[in-house]
Amino acid sequence: MKRFWSWAAFGLGVCYFFLPLVGMLEFSLKMRRGSYSLDAYASVLGDPQFQATFAYSTVMALLTIVFGVLIVVPTVYWVRLKLPRLRPVVEFITLLPLVIPPIVIVFGYIRLFNTSSWLPLTGSSSGTNLLLMLGYSVLSLPYMYRAVDTGLASIDLRTLTEAAQSLGAGWVTVLARVILPNVLVAVLSGAFLTFAIVIGEYVFAALLDRPAFGPYLVWAGGNKAYEPAALAVMTFALTWGCMALIQLVPRLFKHQRAQR
Amino acid sequence: MAFLDLQRLEKSFGANHVVKSFDLGIKQGEFVSLLGPSGCGKTTVLRMVAGFETPSAGAIVIDGQDVTDQRPNQRNIGMVFQAYALFPNMTVAENVAFGLKIKGLPKPEAEARVREMLGLIGLTDFGSRYPFQLSGGQQQRVALARALAPRPRVLLLDEPLSALDAKIRVSLRAEIREIQQKLGITTIFVTHDQEEALSMSDRVVVMNGGQAEQVGTPFEIYNQPCTKFVANFVGTLNTLQAVILDGAEGEVAIAGVPLRLPQAISGPRGADIAVALRPEAVHLSTAWQSEGDVTLAATVSEVQFMGSVIRLKAKVSGGVLALDTFNRADAPPPKLGAQIGLAFTPRDLIVLQK
Ligand SMILES: Nc1ncnc2c1ncn2[C@@H]1O[C@H](COP(=O)(O)OP(=O)(O)O)[C@@H](O)[C@H]1O
Ligand SMILES: [Mg+2]
Repeated sequence: MKRFWSWAAFGLGVCYFFLPLVGMLEFSLKMRRGSYSLDAYASVLGDPQFQATFAYSTVMALLTIVFGVLIVVPTVYWVRLKLPRLRPVVEFITLLPLVIPPIVIVFGYIRLFNTSSWLPLTGSSSGTNLLLMLGYSVLSLPYMYRAVDTGLASIDLRTLTEAAQSLGAGWVTVLARVILPNVLVAVLSGAFLTFAIVIGEYVFAALLDRPAFGPYLVWAGGNKAYEPAALAVMTFALTWGCMALIQLVPRLFKHQRAQR
Repeated sequence: MAFLDLQRLEKSFGANHVVKSFDLGIKQGEFVSLLGPSGCGKTTVLRMVAGFETPSAGAIVIDGQDVTDQRPNQRNIGMVFQAYALFPNMTVAENVAFGLKIKGLPKPEAEARVREMLGLIGLTDFGSRYPFQLSGGQQQRVALARALAPRPRVLLLDEPLSALDAKIRVSLRAEIREIQQKLGITTIFVTHDQEEALSMSDRVVVMNGGQAEQVGTPFEIYNQPCTKFVANFVGTLNTLQAVILDGAEGEVAIAGVPLRLPQAISGPRGADIAVALRPEAVHLSTAWQSEGDVTLAATVSEVQFMGSVIRLKAKVSGGVLALDTFNRADAPPPKLGAQIGLAFTPRDLIVLQK
């Protein structure tokens, strides 16, 4: 009897979660009257607006990932190696983006970096792009930090560093040739999370008035009928794809290593 | 002039004074062990030589060049760690080549050097394996090859055998010593295992509480320990209380039996001093009593039959003596509680300073 109720609760949860998805999927296939078709998807993919914004956000995501890795890996490494007592402080700082709403952050940015400020980043589109990328880095910081921190915890940082140093390596070589390759899997899982966050982000992009994918999603939602459903399904698949890759990559790597 | 000269090294971590006035000169090609209990500062001395710790005072001179302020990657010193510390993402060959690449050695030369090193450690066919595919002993040999590949001026080893099985530990001891002699590389070896230190080294430094308590050849360290600590740490030791009868003549009494020490001692008549006796210097008086031996009456308190050797402990007045005798099929070992006589030559007594 107990089993029955737990299964019932589970079933209810599944329905609650999946029924809207199924409904949305079904709706997205109904663009052509009377039969299921992929017309909505074709229309979305053929839309130059979609192509432009998606490309823009993808490039932004990649830049954010590169910037995040360059900032986070050396920071975590240094804190673990030299300033272990500062770890709680750094951890707290990296958690702040989860607590402070993005809208607050972006208003802060606009106040600090507007055209009449000491560093008028919003005065040019490249400056605003840079600001957006920095904002994305802040948003993804908690995830990137945690992923890299876990990765570095799994290797003997100090001894590997000292071994490399005694062989003549300087700090840059140690980081690039010894530390980074050994936490690549962790860095990649941080990267996929960052990608998923940046692709769908709305608040930063809209308020900084950048042609990103998030605002396009919202615009499409207000102006089209079937396409938004198709878009939602696609972004959903993309996010899930990223999550699947996070699960998959470590296995892939181990496999490769064992085989070589 | 020593090749590697440690001059009055000091190291404090906060209020913790870990290394105290440490002096040591090492000749080129010499193998020196730092031997001492855990926490006595061996690793700290080694890490100062490697450059991972900065001495609070003192200087480190290699080949006439003061390296005290040089960074670790400028010193050209090879280091082998207890935990192997191989780079997990690189193959064995890539690990060994790491230091050569950083030095900018041309590729053909580097490849030849890697092959030479793998040959030296007997792992010629293992170049394309990854560290996780090797046993502990193999990993440590690769770590040794990696440290030696850039032809360092000095090789440092920090308890490199402690993580290995007993059997491999013993065979790797001989292998490390052989490679060291083949290359003639100046080496400091840190260990808390006296057997390791005695069997491998040209000289042993016994450390206690951050200080070098005695420096000498393994033979000297074992046979002429100058303090109770050294004598106790290097091998099993019997310490006995002796009363001075005539210091200038070296005459003392142990358990009421008068005897003459091999050396004169200072101290007033009637004062207590500590003397030591190796287990192998004591024997059952019935066995091989010889001219000049001293015999003490004793009661057997422990018998350990270990095959070819029997280790006995026996109470004498004012102490317990341990001794080893060989097993003989026709003479069973004494029983617990048996009254025996213990004989030794006064010449074997070691006078301890403290
Ligand atoms: N980085 C450090 N910070 C503070 N204390 C240390 C540090 N390294 C070593 N010590 C202390 O120095 C003493 C000697 O340590 P160590 O040189 O590692 O001894 P050994 O290698 O002989 O076991 C120990 O009491 C240890 O706690
Ligand atoms: Mg140690």
